[in-house]
Amino acid sequence: MNGRFGEYGGQFVAETLVGPLQELEEEYQKALVDPEFNAELDKLLKMFVGRPTPITELHRLGVTENGVKLWLKREDLTHTGAHKINNSVGQALLARRLGKKQIIAETGAGQHGVAVAAACAYLGLEATIYMGRVDAERQAPNVQRMELLGARVVLVDLGTATLKDAINAAIREWIARPDTTHYLLGSVVGPHPFPTIVRNFQSVIGREARAQFLEENDRLPDAVVACVGGGSNAAGMFSAFLDDPVRLVGVQAAGEGKGGQGGHAAPLLYGDPGVLQGTRTYLLQDDDGQIQLTHSIAPGLDYAGVGPEHSHYKDTGKVEYISASDDEALDAFAALSSQEGILPALESAHAVAGALKVARQSAPGSTVLVNLSGRGDKDLTSAMAALKQREETAR
Amino acid sequence: MKRLEQTFTDNRTKDETTLVAYLTSGYPHLGETVGLISAAVDAGADVIELGVPFSDPLGDGPVIQATGQAALDTGTTTAATLDVVAEARAAGVEAPIVLMGYCNPFLRYGLTQLYDDARSAGADGFVVPDLPVGEGAEWLAQAEAAELGQTFFTAPGSSPERMAASAAASRGFLYVLAANGVTGVRSELDPGIDAYLERVRAAGDTPMAVGFGISRPDHVAALHGKTDGVIVGSALLQAIGAARDAAGRRRAVTGLISSLKAATR
Repeated sequence: MNGRFGEYGGQFVAETLVGPLQELEEEYQKALVDPEFNAELDKLLKMFVGRPTPITELHRLGVTENGVKLWLKREDLTHTGAHKINNSVGQALLARRLGKKQIIAETGAGQHGVAVAAACAYLGLEATIYMGRVDAERQAPNVQRMELLGARVVLVDLGTATLKDAINAAIREWIARPDTTHYLLGSVVGPHPFPTIVRNFQSVIGREARAQFLEENDRLPDAVVACVGGGSNAAGMFSAFLDDPVRLVGVQAAGEGKGGQGGHAAPLLYGDPGVLQGTRTYLLQDDDGQIQLTHSIAPGLDYAGVGPEHSHYKDTGKVEYISASDDEALDAFAALSSQEGILPALESAHAVAGALKVARQSAPGSTVLVNLSGRGDKDLTSAMAALKQREETAR
Repeated sequence: MKRLEQTFTDNRTKDETTLVAYLTSGYPHLGETVGLISAAVDAGADVIELGVPFSDPLGDGPVIQATGQAALDTGTTTAATLDVVAEARAAGVEAPIVLMGYCNPFLRYGLTQLYDDARSAGADGFVVPDLPVGEGAEWLAQAEAAELGQTFFTAPGSSPERMAASAAASRGFLYVLAANGVTGVRSELDPGIDAYLERVRAAGDTPMAVGFGISRPDHVAALHGKTDGVIVGSALLQAIGAARDAAGRRRAVTGLISSLKAATR
């Protein structure tokens, strides 16, 4: 582990955190080769998380788009309802190995917060979750879940009061108490070794999906699609297909759909390299290097940066990055629900919307595997309101 | 850089602690910053640390973050801060001025251009809180090419090896974090600070300046002889923020800096 993905990644942090990051990396390296740790993680993934999650073939959605077959990897069927639980359980076990009983975490959509709260409750750790006030308002059910699961939820009012600011608050808290707390980062962002650790804990998605797809189809999918905010579900999914002749597509949030004119959260499309929250990566920033405001209807994608590994994949062309707007995500949200009986998270709806674009470009009979990173119960209020408003505007 | 080294050497000879005063560029207005720098230097500040505001200042507590946001709101940029330095020199300020800022705005400006322009403006060095030694090679090379200082940090939890590496890499002075956490006024110094400062001293002979939580003359007095310098930021900005008008802000700086300076001897 050298902490670099091409020219991206690194460890741009306060000196206070260099020691704890080194300690985390060392303990993780030991855990990786410790049969007991791996056995316990496997057991938790099976008994607590509910793995393996299935893959599901869609019968209507996508077929209309050029006769392409869409398949979903069903991370929405994990305990707590999103892929975030894979990483939370893994890092909570690591924290226990490090002798740290206090966990701090950030959350945007609330799915990571719920996953951390659940993992900590199960393993007997104390959890404090930072969440932007704006996000807390649009994801109220998840705030209630976190509190029921015994976590302390701290609302952050600074900046845009969204995911970026929640990460800032969590890092500050960690700087104050690095000896006794573990920062359970929820995505493949932040300083080394987090992007690598989180990707590895999420790689179970890709391993399972690849094997399942092969078993069902006797071949690999033509394309694999996942949404990319920080990018952890995509990093986990793509990790199994990097050496395969498979088109990999990450979908960023185009928000209001104004392209590079703001009102989006797509740094891989409209950003430039810079340093944010400990890592060098693509960022949405102004000419003076100040971090710009972002917008996405999906709180989990509403982020000005992205995991450094994705920045590297963008530059090398290993992964293609496209975008889906709020409107396109809402269409996919409604279509997947009504045509297939599956209610996706708004984040995952961006992946579905992106997959439909890929389907339109694909030859008839092609297959597209989409990572459905989470379920949409948390989004009912905001998505229904947006759909209703759209209907009224159209009248 | 020479000016910075000379200041620490002179104060060491006089058995005085070097007093570093932190001001946020553009707070409360760009037009007042040169006046506040002059007031601090006239009242006895030996070095000015001038903060370049950033939207996401992870190492700063609420006071400095708020001043940075206020400065950004009135259009303060890296380029405008370099102009402030040049204006301060034109106004006769001779004390060393180091620029404190986070990686991203500096990288955006371009490191080679930044160090060149900083030297031309009359700055003496850089303090970058999210740049540990492991990431600092290119910055250090630019600093050396421009003959400017480059400050790295030690923290209470830093290993002896890391303290030695940060001290060896630092040009001008080593920034010694008095406590874990972010910037901000703290009522008491950490009880373990003496032993910690001895460990830092053993790590190398680069001049060391202690910051984070230093707010009162008794803190400065307690550190006399144990460190080469002290850095005061949040307390100074609080005093500026509490004043009603520009003249009051300059008086607030003069008052606090004079009392802190008296405790350095």
